[in-house]
Amino acid sequence: MAAERPLSFQDLILELHAYWSARGCVILQPYDLEVGAGTLHPGTVLRALGPKPWRAAYVQPSRRPSDGRYGENPNRLRSFHQYQVILKPNPADMQELYLGSLAAVGIDPRKHDIRFVEDDWENPTVGAWGLGWEVWCDGMEISQYTYFQQVGGLDVSPVSGELTYGLERLALYVQGVDSVYDLAFNDPQSPDFKTYGDVFLESEREFSAFEQEAADVAMLQRHFEDMEAAVPRLLAARGRQGQPLVLPAFDYVLKASHLFNLLDARGAIAVAARQSYIGRIRDLCRACAEAWVALEGAV
Amino acid sequence: MAQYLLEILSEEIPARMQAGAARDLARLAGEGLKTAGLPFSDIATFAGSRRLTLVVEGLPLRQEDRAEERRGPRMGAPEAAIKGFLRSTGVAREDLEARDGVWFALIRHPGRPTGEILGELAQSLIARFPWPKSMTSGVGSLRWVRPIRSLISLFDGQVAPFEIEGLAAGALTSGHRFMGAAGPFAVHDFAAYRAGLQEHFVVLDAEGRKQRILGGARALVAGRGLELVEDPGLLDEVAGMVEWPTPILGDMDPAFLDLPPEVARTVMRVHQRYFAVRRPGETGLAPHFLCVANIEAADGGALIAAGNGRVLSARLGDARFFWDEDRKVPLAARLDQLEGVTFHAKLGSMRERAERISATARLIAGRIGADPDAAALAGRLAKADLATGLVGEFPELQGVMGGYYARHEGLPADVAQAISEHYRPQGPSDVTPRAPLAISVALADKLDSLIGFFAIGEAPTGSRDPFALRRAALGVIRIILENGLRLPLSTLLADIAGKSPADGLLAFFADRLKVALRDQGGRADLADAVFALGDDDLVRIIARIDALAAFLATEDGENLLAGFKRASNILAAEAKKGPLPDGESISVASPPEQAALFEAWRQCVPAVETALATEDFNGAMRALARLRAPVDAFFEKVLVNSEVAEERTHRLRLLTAVRSVMLSVADFGLVSG
Repeated sequence: MAAERPLSFQDLILELHAYWSARGCVILQPYDLEVGAGTLHPGTVLRALGPKPWRAAYVQPSRRPSDGRYGENPNRLRSFHQYQVILKPNPADMQELYLGSLAAVGIDPRKHDIRFVEDDWENPTVGAWGLGWEVWCDGMEISQYTYFQQVGGLDVSPVSGELTYGLERLALYVQGVDSVYDLAFNDPQSPDFKTYGDVFLESEREFSAFEQEAADVAMLQRHFEDMEAAVPRLLAARGRQGQPLVLPAFDYVLKASHLFNLLDARGAIAVAARQSYIGRIRDLCRACAEAWVALEGAV
Repeated sequence: MAQYLLEILSEEIPARMQAGAARDLARLAGEGLKTAGLPFSDIATFAGSRRLTLVVEGLPLRQEDRAEERRGPRMGAPEAAIKGFLRSTGVAREDLEARDGVWFALIRHPGRPTGEILGELAQSLIARFPWPKSMTSGVGSLRWVRPIRSLISLFDGQVAPFEIEGLAAGALTSGHRFMGAAGPFAVHDFAAYRAGLQEHFVVLDAEGRKQRILGGARALVAGRGLELVEDPGLLDEVAGMVEWPTPILGDMDPAFLDLPPEVARTVMRVHQRYFAVRRPGETGLAPHFLCVANIEAADGGALIAAGNGRVLSARLGDARFFWDEDRKVPLAARLDQLEGVTFHAKLGSMRERAERISATARLIAGRIGADPDAAALAGRLAKADLATGLVGEFPELQGVMGGYYARHEGLPADVAQAISEHYRPQGPSDVTPRAPLAISVALADKLDSLIGFFAIGEAPTGSRDPFALRRAALGVIRIILENGLRLPLSTLLADIAGKSPADGLLAFFADRLKVALRDQGGRADLADAVFALGDDDLVRIIARIDALAAFLATEDGENLLAGFKRASNILAAEAKKGPLPDGESISVASPPEQAALFEAWRQCVPAVETALATEDFNGAMRALARLRAPVDAFFEKVLVNSEVAEERTHRLRLLTAVRSVMLSVADFGLVSG
């Protein structure tokens, strides 16, 4: 079912939504906080913990302040889009499901060289790791495919399979374009055609300058401390049903994590201090993970 | 005699683990069969990106019957004890055998059908397979490298059944993921399995895949008047990533040929797993690359080549960005950035390390005839490229890029070369620096690590060597030996550290040298015999070891060694009775053999001294060789332990003197044989 015309950026997303919706996923919206990767959405990081089955798919705009190139590099963005799928427990035919999704967006594995290349994913700030691959299409990494083994420092059971598509890269491939800013965002035949650059170039320019030059380091540091202090307080607080406030606490972990990324992009984190920051965030995340597992197990 | 076939089909297995998995599978299966008492004539294993396969030939259809004798209670033991024994052995009372007042039971174990045992064996082998890294999947608890998808277990054409987490072994497998038939197909033995895979676009054995890659690739590039830059390590890896290897020649944008060739090669090899291509006789790259696809596409791979070419261009474009940016900042200006990079919590920042390397390089340069100021400069800048964008992106290019940036900013060519080569040698196949300046910095880099980590108690232990100090010490040894440098180690280490070197560092070097000698087929005992002299000049040590080895290979050497041991044994035995006679004077009166040995010794001493003073170790061995005949004759005719006290004293003194002149050449007591 390869498309006649290559899919636009938004049609790529709609195709993936349709495909994964038909396979039982809840289609979530992007999480409404600044995050560095789709994994950090509570729909993955928390739902991967505990015993309950869960299938979800969503787009997550992902901010990487250090990667900003002021809109001048055709392949690097400080904010890009991940398409995230989590299947818990991972079904036996998950690879086939994934390959089916590629076919759905017009990539024919009899014409293109699709390969699963060892890449063991880990995210030290959320204490998560798993085994899997980066998936190559004609030598380009288009997805990350992971079987989670630990999240928040805790062993997971059942195991979740996670798929992360780099939407811009996939679109570059599907559309055969060399610069991300030239991608067709909507249908080129539509009355008001927009490229990816029309939509995001200004944002890349401004935020690159903000993140690498203009962000106020003292303020970021202050905010980081505030967020860090909030997490244990919220986990100690109780809701109406007597539960710890895990979800609000986790929001503050995400905020702390993003503030760390901003500080890093500003060059405000000495190499020696780096591990200590990562360790602090990981501890916060682990506290949330433990509280979440206790809550899920109790239900 | 029958055959067993086991296939474990899984999701993609990391290439780097496959060869080890094939070895482990053969080992575990062999051990398991042995334990089960199942003889076989041949065992073979295969590993690829999706399957591990075992085939065992020449198995019996049944296990042999076995008899086991078990010792029971004494005769006349309480009835309960005897009953218990009967219960546990399943033997009837009348079948018990009495011997030496004790009951014995003979238990018969009838041989079981081999297929049954093989199923159990396969199951337990899978359950405890030693993957370097493994995972669980879904709701299961089995650990495997990636999820298992199907299992073949066939003995003599029949399924030898077992189950792993609900997955039953059978006779079905699947071919290539994209090119094979959509469904699985059945096999009945190994030949059919192998042929079936080939028909479904899977080359079972790694060697076959490699041949397919090399053959195809060579033909492709030759057709364009080019040649492949061969790379056995890459070939192994690529052969582990594809089931139906299909070489494709792609074009690289020639605009990137002005980048340092190492950059393009690193991108190709490390990031994309492409082979580089060049024109015959040229060292630079040609604007092409060879990638190995896993499918034969209908368009002959045109789309795949174009896609890979685009990826390569994007990667090289990124590298070009860093290359252009990096060259705007001189290396010296990057030293401040190194201040923020910790080398080790107890050994300071990279900047401090750079300053130490600089001082050490200056010191070494003064001793080996290099320009000390140039060495200090190269040493200070050697680590500066760690702060560049390109090395940040491609860490494997450290050093090499520093050399390029140094040349670009107009530093002298030998300084640039010293920066470029200072990590060398990086492995057994890597060459050592040859230019004096490059040698100074390369030695300084390694010695700084060794002295520093030993000083903070981080010497390697067992298999733990997190700072690669063994490699560093070996690098120092190779640089010194291959360049014939006269650098006595203990003085050098003390001068660098400003105090005597940490405990164990010199012994660590001696140990590494022995290992290196052994790896080259040398004798560790000869190294011990020479090290015992306490020398720390590696060049001299090796010359002495070589001369000693040559001497011991002669008849004179062999016999003199025996004479030395005999003398040592006598002296040791006599020493137990009381202190050996001291004093220098040796009577030569009689018998003539004693006089002859004395005369030979008297001539030998100055000859050995002269030879040693000029480091003519072969000459020293020749001088010792002249002792051989008189020593032999002496032991044949003369009784050392004479009843005449005077004679005994003088003979012991003579033996001590002979032994001592030999010990000045090498400690023959440590030579084995």
